[in-house]
Amino acid sequence: MQDQTTPPLPQDHNKPPRKSAYIGRAVTRLEDRPLVSGTGRFVGDMDMPHQLWARVVRSAHATGRITGIDISEALEMPGVVAVWTSKDLGDLPDIPFRATRIEGLGPYTQPCLAKGRVRYVGEPVAIVFAEDPYLAEDAAETVFADIDEDVDPILDARAEPGEFAPGISTAPLTLTKGYGDTEAAFAEAAHVVELDLAIGRHSGIPMETRGALAAWDKGRERLDLWGATKRPHWNRDRLAEMFGLSPSQVALHEPHVGGGFGIRGELYPEDILVCLAAMRLERPVKWIEDRREHMMAANQSREQQHLIRAAVDAEGRLLAIDETLHHDQGAYVRTHGARVADMSIGLLLGPYRVPAYAARAHYRLTAKTPAATYRAPSRFESTFVRERLIDAIAARTGIDALELRRRNFIASDEMPFDRQMTALESDVILDSGDYVGLLGKAEAFCGLDALRTEAAGRRARGECVGVGLAYFVEKSGLGPSELVRLTVQPDGSIEIVTGAASLGQGMETAVAQIAADTLGADYRACRVIHGDTDRIAHGWGAHASRVTVMTGEATRRAAETVREKAREMAAALLDCAPEGIEIDGGVATCRTSGASLTLAEIAAALDPVSPRRGDREPGLAAEAWYHNKHMNYPYGAHIALVVVDAETGRTKLDRYWISYDVGRAVNPAMIEGQIVGGLAQGLGGALLEEFRFDDQGQPLSVTFADYLMPTSAEMPDCQVQILQDAPSPLNPLGVKGSGEAGVTGSGAAIASAIDDALQRPGLVTRLPVTPQYLKARIAEYDAARAEGSE
Amino acid sequence: MSDKTDITLTVNGTERTISCVPRKTLADALREDCRLTGTHVGCEHGVCGACTVMVNGAPVRSCLMFAVQAEGAEVRTVEGLAPEGGLSELQQAFIDNHALQCGFCTPGFLMLITGALEKDPGMSDEDLTEVLSSNLCRCTGYRNIVRAALAAAPAIRARAREAAA
Repeated sequence: MQDQTTPPLPQDHNKPPRKSAYIGRAVTRLEDRPLVSGTGRFVGDMDMPHQLWARVVRSAHATGRITGIDISEALEMPGVVAVWTSKDLGDLPDIPFRATRIEGLGPYTQPCLAKGRVRYVGEPVAIVFAEDPYLAEDAAETVFADIDEDVDPILDARAEPGEFAPGISTAPLTLTKGYGDTEAAFAEAAHVVELDLAIGRHSGIPMETRGALAAWDKGRERLDLWGATKRPHWNRDRLAEMFGLSPSQVALHEPHVGGGFGIRGELYPEDILVCLAAMRLERPVKWIEDRREHMMAANQSREQQHLIRAAVDAEGRLLAIDETLHHDQGAYVRTHGARVADMSIGLLLGPYRVPAYAARAHYRLTAKTPAATYRAPSRFESTFVRERLIDAIAARTGIDALELRRRNFIASDEMPFDRQMTALESDVILDSGDYVGLLGKAEAFCGLDALRTEAAGRRARGECVGVGLAYFVEKSGLGPSELVRLTVQPDGSIEIVTGAASLGQGMETAVAQIAADTLGADYRACRVIHGDTDRIAHGWGAHASRVTVMTGEATRRAAETVREKAREMAAALLDCAPEGIEIDGGVATCRTSGASLTLAEIAAALDPVSPRRGDREPGLAAEAWYHNKHMNYPYGAHIALVVVDAETGRTKLDRYWISYDVGRAVNPAMIEGQIVGGLAQGLGGALLEEFRFDDQGQPLSVTFADYLMPTSAEMPDCQVQILQDAPSPLNPLGVKGSGEAGVTGSGAAIASAIDDALQRPGLVTRLPVTPQYLKARIAEYDAARAEGSE
Repeated sequence: MSDKTDITLTVNGTERTISCVPRKTLADALREDCRLTGTHVGCEHGVCGACTVMVNGAPVRSCLMFAVQAEGAEVRTVEGLAPEGGLSELQQAFIDNHALQCGFCTPGFLMLITGALEKDPGMSDEDLTEVLSSNLCRCTGYRNIVRAALAAAPAIRARAREAAA
């Protein structure tokens, strides 16, 4: 494992290998030592003197008018300091969402405590502050919210819209995208294939629940918040606006974070309430979510219904795609606005050339926990939909499904390929890729022919075994910008400060590898500071597989500048030309004399009061920006071998292969870790996990006994092939992100394999494929086949 | 319910007397009263295993046990795994095999694996792999946790046999 490296890039073979050549090496992580020794510091591990504990009282009703909230008993309980309902919040604004060009969502933002109505089970209706968490929980139990269930909850995004508020519909908008003449294409098509597909409601479910600790320094009028991460600077600016403070009066700090997956670190009601309480009660306030709360209050995702049609010519070439999507946003618009629905139609086409496209996404509010992003948002869903469609076209035309994909792939010489559409507010321009090439490598990697033979043989012996493949295009490296400040300290250690964030993905190590490789130092000498708004003026956080691309490139630029400063200073000190200085392993050596200086010695020479500094700028340090208007587009394939128990309907993944082109791999072991970890979440979404609600909107999946996450027993043997055939032309290292690739293709590949195992093309139309769903679906499918309609 | 009780227990070899309410879980007592925050609370209903510690030599879910039930017990937490200034074989194997990402579930896995092997040094690799399905990890997909456990197992078995001999 430790020796694993990606193929070396071309280099000058006359030179000895550099000690500091870290890019491409599967080095161990800088993050790990405190985490394995129990000395990590998560927000739950932090306490402040005189702190209070908050406990949220949540709605037990999915919808209804609040006729009264009785807090009297709680207020009299010992240890209770305050109990608030919405009327105590004054003119505190609702939680804002990130500005996009999508308009019309203003009326749907969430108040920090329910105002007038409740709209989902789990919605905060009151909050208790007490001296200890047990007392706070006791007091919260006594708060009674009287709710008049005046209307039936809307629980289906395709249902007739109702009223969110008087005169305001639960159907705020329909997004549209497209180009070309789809009507003409459908009129001339040899085949029209239509599918009605759905994806269940899932979420990231990090092992650490959410938490927040806020403190208000009354004298200096300064607010500190630990816990809300992912977008620290955006969160800081919004908190400042909400409280009427300057951003310089608010600081966010990122402790260790127990997994993010898109859902952690957005601004939630609890973060704001904890800050407000710290200011008003003039005591630090801590809130730690329990797991049951998490399952009804943290962002959910994925739930969409897709009606998709393809027009295809006689040779199986796509002529047009028409897509109608219903997105189940849940009860409020949260910080992402309508981005998941927007991306779903903006990125749906994946690797295929589609001459005409018309898509509409109906964004609907329902009486469920609000939704936002979960790792591979929109791509898990749209890859399932698109690859189901391709499989259906193959079944209809009789063309082999892989051959069909090859006929429709965008060719590598068509890159960069402009989709003529936007997603995440940027033009979708596929930057680079060899889709045919990767498919061939993926087939060879898993031994697809042998697999198919094996599956057929096992089926002949009575087992239900099948092989499925899905192809996908990811996106990564979302801009707009990132800033890095790199400083060599007088002790030789290297501090790298970034406004990006860490959610456990290993960003400190990746950034250190890029810095050390560029500068010529030991990566273990690097200390990466992130997620702290006090340490750097700007930052865009950790999401959208962006950190290695954005912070990575800003780091490389800063390290390059520092390297040149070091060479120049070293040359002066060693009395040689800067071009003659080489830096490796933290030592600058004059090639001709062999004399050398450590980076620490050079940093000391550049100290502000050093007589050797001359007129040079003080400090061995540099700041660098990286701006990027366009995302890049890594791509790959998932191949699943599944076994279905026909008796119980249970599907087990037997073996699994993922081939992924990451442009350039900074740390192959960490990329594999991201991909295999992503697969676990993908298989959860494909087979096990779902937030279910009863017909009154009561959530039925609020424990780990009801919301089933994969354990090691569900994980298949998984092989990962990391390819570097299509480096991104958008950054000098050629890096693309890898945070989401393990999730993206999994639902589609597993669905296809189940069809194959049961020899029923087009069987799976919904995820997750639970045993109950599969048994019912087989019965439905076979009945329809008997009538000749499936 | 709010009257505190004195409890004496041995944590990582040190005897401690703490005072807590009878309903306080062992996990909370370790974290708050002993200030050993390496034991994490992930679900509070005994499923995820992030709070796994060893009580009298056996791995247990400390969220499902009251602190008062640990009166007189020998408790071992992740902070007690490593020899002074170093790391245990299993901790090192987790680093070497990239068996953690966010690290929140890691202490629970370390205690589960160490506890299972110390209790039953004869446990086969297959059974050890089976035991790993007791705990949840949301980052790694488990593959590297299995690798780390198998890599460190011989050393843990040998030490456990030595201690028993």
